[in-house]
Amino acid sequence: MTLDPSAIVARHHGDASRLVQILHDVMAVEGHVAPPVITALARALGLPRGQVEGVVEFYSFFSSEPRGRFRVLFSDNITDEMAGSHELRKHMLDSFRLQPGEVSRDGLVSIGTTSCTGLCDQGPAMLVNDRAIPRLTPARIGAITSLIRGDVPVDRWPDNLFPIASHVERRDLLLSTELSPGAAIDAAIARGAAATIEEITRSGLRGRGGAGFSTGTKWAACASAPGPERYIVCNADEGEPGTFKDRELLAAHADLLFEGMTVAGFAVGASKGILYLRAEYPFLVEPLLATLEARRRAGLLGERVRDAFAFDIELHVGAGAYVCGEESALIESLEGKRGIPRNRPPYPVTHGYLQKPTVVNNVETLVAAALVATHGAGFLRAVGTPKSSGTKILSVSGDVARPGIYEYPFGVSVQQVLDDAGAVDTQAVQVGGPSGMLLSASELHRRIAFEDVPSAGAFMVFDGSRDMLAVVENFTRFFAHESCGFCTPCRVGTTLSAQMMKRVVSGTGSRRDVKDLAKVSNLMRATSHCGLGTTAGNPVLDALAKFRPSFDKRLRSLEVLPTFDLDEALAPAREATARDDEGAHFTNQTSQAEKP
Amino acid sequence: MSTEKPRPTFQMDGHDVPFDEGQSILAAALAAGRYVPYLCYHPEFQPHGSCKVCTVKINGRTHASCTTPAHEGDVVESNVDELNDMRKGLVQFLFTEGNHFCPSCEASGNCTLQAVGYDLGMTSAHYSPLFPDRPLDASHPEVLLDFNRCILCELCVRASALVDKKSVFSLAGRGIQKHLVVNAESGKLADTELSVDDKAMSVCPVGVILRKRRGFQVPIGERKYDEHPIREVAVQKQKGE
Amino acid sequence: MSPDVKEVKKKLRVATTSLAGCFGCHMSLLDIDERLVPLLDLIELDSSPLTDIKHCGPCDLGLIEGGLCNAENVHKLREFRAHCKILVAVGACAINGGLPAQRNHLDIRECLQTVYLTGLGVERGFIPNDPELPLPLKQVHPLHDVVKIDYFLPGCPPSADAIWQFLTDLIAGRTPKLGHGLIHYD
Ligand SMILES: Cc1cc2nc3c(=O)[nH]c(=O)nc-3n(C[C@H](O)[C@H](O)[C@H](O)COP(=O)(O)O)c2cc1C
Ligand code: SF4
Ligand code: SF4
Ligand code: SF4
Ligand code: FES
Ligand code: FES
Repeated sequence: MTLDPSAIVARHHGDASRLVQILHDVMAVEGHVAPPVITALARALGLPRGQVEGVVEFYSFFSSEPRGRFRVLFSDNITDEMAGSHELRKHMLDSFRLQPGEVSRDGLVSIGTTSCTGLCDQGPAMLVNDRAIPRLTPARIGAITSLIRGDVPVDRWPDNLFPIASHVERRDLLLSTELSPGAAIDAAIARGAAATIEEITRSGLRGRGGAGFSTGTKWAACASAPGPERYIVCNADEGEPGTFKDRELLAAHADLLFEGMTVAGFAVGASKGILYLRAEYPFLVEPLLATLEARRRAGLLGERVRDAFAFDIELHVGAGAYVCGEESALIESLEGKRGIPRNRPPYPVTHGYLQKPTVVNNVETLVAAALVATHGAGFLRAVGTPKSSGTKILSVSGDVARPGIYEYPFGVSVQQVLDDAGAVDTQAVQVGGPSGMLLSASELHRRIAFEDVPSAGAFMVFDGSRDMLAVVENFTRFFAHESCGFCTPCRVGTTLSAQMMKRVVSGTGSRRDVKDLAKVSNLMRATSHCGLGTTAGNPVLDALAKFRPSFDKRLRSLEVLPTFDLDEALAPAREATARDDEGAHFTNQTSQAEKP
Repeated sequence: MSTEKPRPTFQMDGHDVPFDEGQSILAAALAAGRYVPYLCYHPEFQPHGSCKVCTVKINGRTHASCTTPAHEGDVVESNVDELNDMRKGLVQFLFTEGNHFCPSCEASGNCTLQAVGYDLGMTSAHYSPLFPDRPLDASHPEVLLDFNRCILCELCVRASALVDKKSVFSLAGRGIQKHLVVNAESGKLADTELSVDDKAMSVCPVGVILRKRRGFQVPIGERKYDEHPIREVAVQKQKGE
Repeated sequence: MSPDVKEVKKKLRVATTSLAGCFGCHMSLLDIDERLVPLLDLIELDSSPLTDIKHCGPCDLGLIEGGLCNAENVHKLREFRAHCKILVAVGACAINGGLPAQRNHLDIRECLQTVYLTGLGVERGFIPNDPELPLPLKQVHPLHDVVKIDYFLPGCPPSADAIWQFLTDLIAGRTPKLGHGLIHYD
């Protein structure tokens, strides 16, 4: 296939807001977006070239430089790491004689890492070109290595590499209620738009994506915002490491989700919905498109839904950027731009997608909304706690016997979840992912609820054998990789934190590093522009408060240690001078000259 | 402009600050002669809100003052140790991130970043410098770009797009890799439409976009912040308008 | 900072050194002119380019100009840290590497090769490998990358007035503070 940029642009009706989708099409043909292609796209779309270049370089799944014909990306969540991903990656790099990120000389393969791919219940996982492969073992890595060596196209690889398993271990309201397609829409029409919003409000439904905002209030604000056009956006970015519950909902309950989006469209007066799906879930694209098509055929989407209103849903695929889960960055991404969170106010409910009133809701929120529309507010109110009605779907992973999906009424204790999942000797639980809360063994009585321990769904368990500092180091690396770079505190703070944690974990950290880690984390928390930066310091601050001895054990007596390896810093000069005498090294003796 | 109705006010560090409907805390404070340190704000452009040096506490919570509209009765803290420490931390982040060798910088003495550093009593960047590798662009006959000092404030991006209508500058990359790019396939300034009388030439708060052969013309002692600290210069400029 | 400093009865023992610096900061110290006399009533010099003492003994105060360019710089810095109660990074080079750090994006191997082997006018070149010579570090570093620094006195060089202000503050037991006109990064 040869690349014709203007044909691709024409296929997207020359619509600059579709730039991210256009770049996916270019990547699919060429594996990268070369500088002349950037120029051609910019011209065809009427955009400044620099803006297109900016978008290409923002998303980690796009690249302006050639990568391998086989682009291997190991998922780098802590659960992958615990399941041995670093060793597997090293093994694969060695067998191709490659450095991380390097492209082999024949252009065959490049091997790197990517943030959590949402397969934590079946890791370690990787992405190869656009396919996800779970449950990596040395044997599977061996098979993959041979296939790459043989230059076998990924779509001809054996089927047994790809299946994504579904591990639903506990079902409650959402996962056990069947709904015939159209039932929620009919109920909403019967009740009327305003009354539907009221019903949602009375159900006490709060956003499941993290912030816990009242869904009814959000819908009402959008419905009453001035202007003829409105949008419903479903946030299926699910980028928080350790979260994979939307994956399950999208795979097994897509009809219910689309039902919820359609109800939302009816209720607020929107005729268009957009599902923003993370690029790490390519295996969901075909099934979701098929479900949408089936619903169109059934008259549940399109110009005349149930002869009452117009509503259709479009699928947008992200491109590897956690920050695009933040609702205003997501909207920017939908408009074909870099995913930079907007200044607020104004909020998306009045100035969202294309500056029009927009509802952004999480997948689980919209599924719950469909059920409330059908069965009424009491359906949700009957379970959970007064402040957190309904249920929460948790993605349980890490040191448990049965990782997978667990749905509980709000108010369930952390210990209960651990018991059900078969956890023993639990040292810590990271609830809500790196941006959430790190709980120590003394806090397991606490409850999953907005008023106690809120969770967007992640529940990662660490037993007594785990090094909690290595866990925190993984999280700081994640934030540094995912910071959008817009604001000073997060752009610089996440990188400095990752560097300092790396020193601490490797035993070359000093007391100054620990002091600075707290300082940097607090500065990010107080001054960052969006939720990524304000929460990026959480793992460090939680660990300092709850696992302080782990830090102290790792530190040496000096308040300050060199921030770099002194002896290694002489290596290039040693090489150039062919010296290896004592003076060409830093020995331990020299450092003893220094008093604490 | 005089109106019958008294303007609404908020409190900043115990003083009443009048404001117009929709005005930001920062703009109102500067107009009233109360300095709040800032870097990415410019009165002629929509506020950007990226440097966060203008952070204040409004009714007890931290916000960037340049992007937050004032409300009647707001209680704002600004010139207090806690906030000045945060600001100093942010300025230290910027010095840590880039390569700022003031002694050899043409902007020295006229540089906002440096002047804010002085104002906050910053004597070192504190952290281990990142020493990024950012080659210069000397391709343009009249303009030199020294990316080492870019603080990613997007003022040149905004000026070139909105005033000059050329979009010569954009930002690319993510996180700490984020960087300024010019609008040319070659990546070279010479291949863009930039001309020396563009607005984009005059907005950079630091020493990135430089006229060739014009450096170090103002003698030390007479540069923008030599005689008066930025705390005074910034509010004089506002008052003069 | 240190309670000892307040007791002025005993003279403050001060060591100074220049690492990867240009002696500009030392020149500036001498520039405090007529104030040098009262200053010498308050301090006595230990190891310094201004004295003959080779190695630093126990001192109250160490003033270091210049950054860390090679192994010897690091050893000297550690010697100072071990012997000085208060260590001050003086000048731009000590604080952020300064001018020498502008080589940091170059490969030091290639630099040595260019200078000694392939450069213009080099005949029969060889890269000096005498064990007496200190090896250059991969990158030039500020002092605080290797040891704890108690105070930073910026400027290239800091003005004589700034140095005077700084020292008199320290000697009087105040936290040194440089106001407008005295604090400079250039
Ligand atoms: C960095 C960041 C990442 C986020 N990622 C997601 C996500 O992947 N999915 C999601 O639903 N919400 C995410 N959110 C929260 C959204 O901004 C928004 O609050 C949510 O989508 C609203 O939907 P809800 O009210 O149904 O929860 C994220 C927020 C931040 C700050
Ligand atoms: S906090 Fe981080 S992710 Fe959010 S805007 Fe700032 S740099 Fe971007
Ligand atoms: S831009 Fe400002 S802070 Fe940076 S080197 Fe130049 S004068 Fe110094
Ligand atoms: S070049 Fe100057 S104006 Fe442009 S983004 Fe960088 S610092 Fe801002
Ligand atoms: S001036 Fe307000 S964020 Fe930069
Ligand atoms: S030696 Fe004094 S500033 Fe460089």
